[in-house]
Amino acid sequence: MTHTEKMRHRATATPGSEGLDARLVVQRGSFRLDVALTAAPGDVVALLGPNGAGKTTALRALAGLTPLTGGHLRLDGTELDRMPPESRPVGVVFQDYLLFPHLSALDNVAFGLRCHGAPKAEARAQAAEWLDHMGLADHAGSKPRRLSGGQAQRVALARALATRPRLLLLDEPLAALDARTRLEVRARLRRHLAEFEAVAVLVTHDPLDAMVLADHLVVIEDGRVVQEGAPPDIARHPRTDYIAHLVGLNLYRGEAEGHTVRVDRGPEVTTTEELTGPVFVAFPPSAVTLYRDRPTGSSARNLWHCEVTGLETNGDQVRADLTGPLRLAADLTTVAATELELHPGATVWAAVKAAQTHAYPA
Amino acid sequence: MTSVDKAGAAETLERAPRRGRVRKGAPLPLLLPALIGLAFLLVPLVALLVRAPWRSLPDLLTSTEVWQALQLSLVCATAATAVSLVVGVPLAWLLARVEFPGRGLVRALVTLPLVLPPVVGGVALLMALGRNGVVGQWLDSWFGITLPFTTTGVIVAEAFVAMPFLVISVEGTLRAADPRYEEAATTLGASRFTAFRRVTLPLIAPGIAAGAVLAWARALGEFGATITFAGNFPGRTQTMPLAVYLALQNDPDAAIALSLVLLAVSIAVLAGLRDRWMTAS
Repeated sequence: MTHTEKMRHRATATPGSEGLDARLVVQRGSFRLDVALTAAPGDVVALLGPNGAGKTTALRALAGLTPLTGGHLRLDGTELDRMPPESRPVGVVFQDYLLFPHLSALDNVAFGLRCHGAPKAEARAQAAEWLDHMGLADHAGSKPRRLSGGQAQRVALARALATRPRLLLLDEPLAALDARTRLEVRARLRRHLAEFEAVAVLVTHDPLDAMVLADHLVVIEDGRVVQEGAPPDIARHPRTDYIAHLVGLNLYRGEAEGHTVRVDRGPEVTTTEELTGPVFVAFPPSAVTLYRDRPTGSSARNLWHCEVTGLETNGDQVRADLTGPLRLAADLTTVAATELELHPGATVWAAVKAAQTHAYPA
Repeated sequence: MTSVDKAGAAETLERAPRRGRVRKGAPLPLLLPALIGLAFLLVPLVALLVRAPWRSLPDLLTSTEVWQALQLSLVCATAATAVSLVVGVPLAWLLARVEFPGRGLVRALVTLPLVLPPVVGGVALLMALGRNGVVGQWLDSWFGITLPFTTTGVIVAEAFVAMPFLVISVEGTLRAADPRYEEAATTLGASRFTAFRRVTLPLIAPGIAAGAVLAWARALGEFGATITFAGNFPGRTQTMPLAVYLALQNDPDAAIALSLVLLAVSIAVLAGLRDRWMTAS
C-alpha cells in the first residue's frame, strides 16, 4: 500500500461521523500550511517536525485560535471551521501550560467547568476529583508558581480534560521539563492519553516523545505532510533527511536496478532487496565499518574512501561524520576510534555490508 | 580568602561608595548642573517646611473652609478616578488588544490631555458640556442636567485631565501581559469578556492600581480645568488647589498650611506607588 493510498484508507475508515477529519489550510504571508489529518476516537496522533514547520499553527487552527484560510474541519461529524474557540469541544495543553497565575491549581481546573455553566461548588468538587486522579490532591490549594514542572503539566492536563473535550491538543507537552522529570512525566502522560476516549493530537519536535506517546505519526516539513504512519514504520522507512536524522539512519534516494541502487549524485549501493525505479536506501550508522587502509579480505560490497569531518563522543560510542562519494554517519567504539587515529581531516575506508542496508520504494 | 584579604576588602567596601562615585562616575561639568537641578527641585519644598506656621497649624487646618476644601478635593478626585477606571480600563484594553484602522491616531488623541494646558481643557469642556455647548445644550433641554459650576463639573474636569494617566499606565501593562492567557481561557469555554474579567483583569491589577493612583494624584492637584469649567465656589467647587490660590491673596499662612496637606498627600502617594512598582516588577 502506498503512502497516499494509506491516507485515503484512513480517511474512509472514519466516514466523517466519529473522530477528526480535517484539512487545515492556513496562508500567512509566504508561509502556507496545508495538512490533512484524520483520526478515530481513542487515537493519539503526533505532529512531528522541525521548528517552523507549522506544527503549532496546525494546533492553533484546530483550537480555533488561528482561522483557517481553506480546507475543512469536522469533529464527530460537526463542522468546526466557523465556530469560535470557546464553543469548540476542544481542550488544549499549552507548551508552557499557561496556568492562570492568580488562581490555585483547583480553581485553574474548575475554570472551564465554571465557563460551561457549572455552579461553583460543583465545579470545584469535580476539579478536586480531577486533581486527585492526577495524584495532585495535596496541591489543590497551591498557586501555579509553587508547582514543579511535572505537577504544572498535570494540572494543565486536568484543566484541559475537565471540560470533557472531544479533541485534546497538546503543544510540546514535555518541552518545558528537564531531562530527569521528563522520563517520568512522559510515562504518566502516556497512561493518561491511553485512557482518553476521544481524539488527541500532540505537537512535538522530539521523535522519542512522538514514538512513545502516539500511535500515529504525521511528519510535517515546511507546512506539508512529508510522511505519516505508525511510529515503527516511519522509523524503519524514513522518507526525508529530517526523519532519517531523527531516527539515526543514513538515508539516500536513488534509482534501483536489481540489487544495485544508483544514489542521486553519488555512487552505487548494493542491497539485498531486488527493486526497480526510484527507491530509498537506508542503513544505520552502526552498520558502517571503518578501515585505515583499503581492506583486501572484506566481503563488503559497498566500500568508499571518505574523509572525517566531525567526531562526537556519546558514552563509549563515537559518531563520525564522513564525506566522500556519500555523506554518512558511522558509529564505532572509542577504542576503535583511537586505534584508527580518527581526527577531522583523516581519510578512512568505509564499508557497509549489503545485508545491513535496506531499500524500499520511494 | 585569607583574613588579610578580607580586611582589605572590607576597607575598600567602606571607602568605595563616596570616593569612587565622584572620581569615576561624575565629571564636574555634569556634577555641578546636576546638583543645581537637585537643589532647584528640593529647596522650594524645604522652604515650605521652614516657613510653615507650625504653631497656628492646628487651628488653620481645623477651620471649616479647609475641611470643606479637603473633603471636596478627596471626594471629587476619588469620583474622577472611579469614572476614569470605568471607561479608561476598557479604552486601554481596546488600544492594546484590538486592531483597528487609525489606532495610532486614537492613542495620540487619548494622550493629548496629558500635554494640553489644563485651562484649554477647561475651555474645551465648556464648549462641549456648557449650557450652550455642543452636547451640553441637549443635556440641559432633555434631562435638565447642567454641569458647569457644579460639583459634578469638578469631577468631569478632573476626569478629563486625569484619565489619560490611567489609560497610558493600563495599556502599557496590558501590552506587557501575555495575551495567550486570554487564549487559554477561551479554549476552556470563556467568552472574550469572561476571559477579560476573570483572567486579564486580575493579571493586570497592579498596573491598574498604579494607574489609578497616578490619576487620583493628578485629579487632586487639578487647577486650571477645574477653575475654568467649574468655577471657584467654596463648598461646591472650591477644591484644595483653588483654596490655596485664593488663600495666598489674603492669608498666606493658610495657603502654606493647605500646601503642606497636599505635600503630605503627594508623599504618601509616592510611597504607595513605589511599593506597587516594586511588587509589580
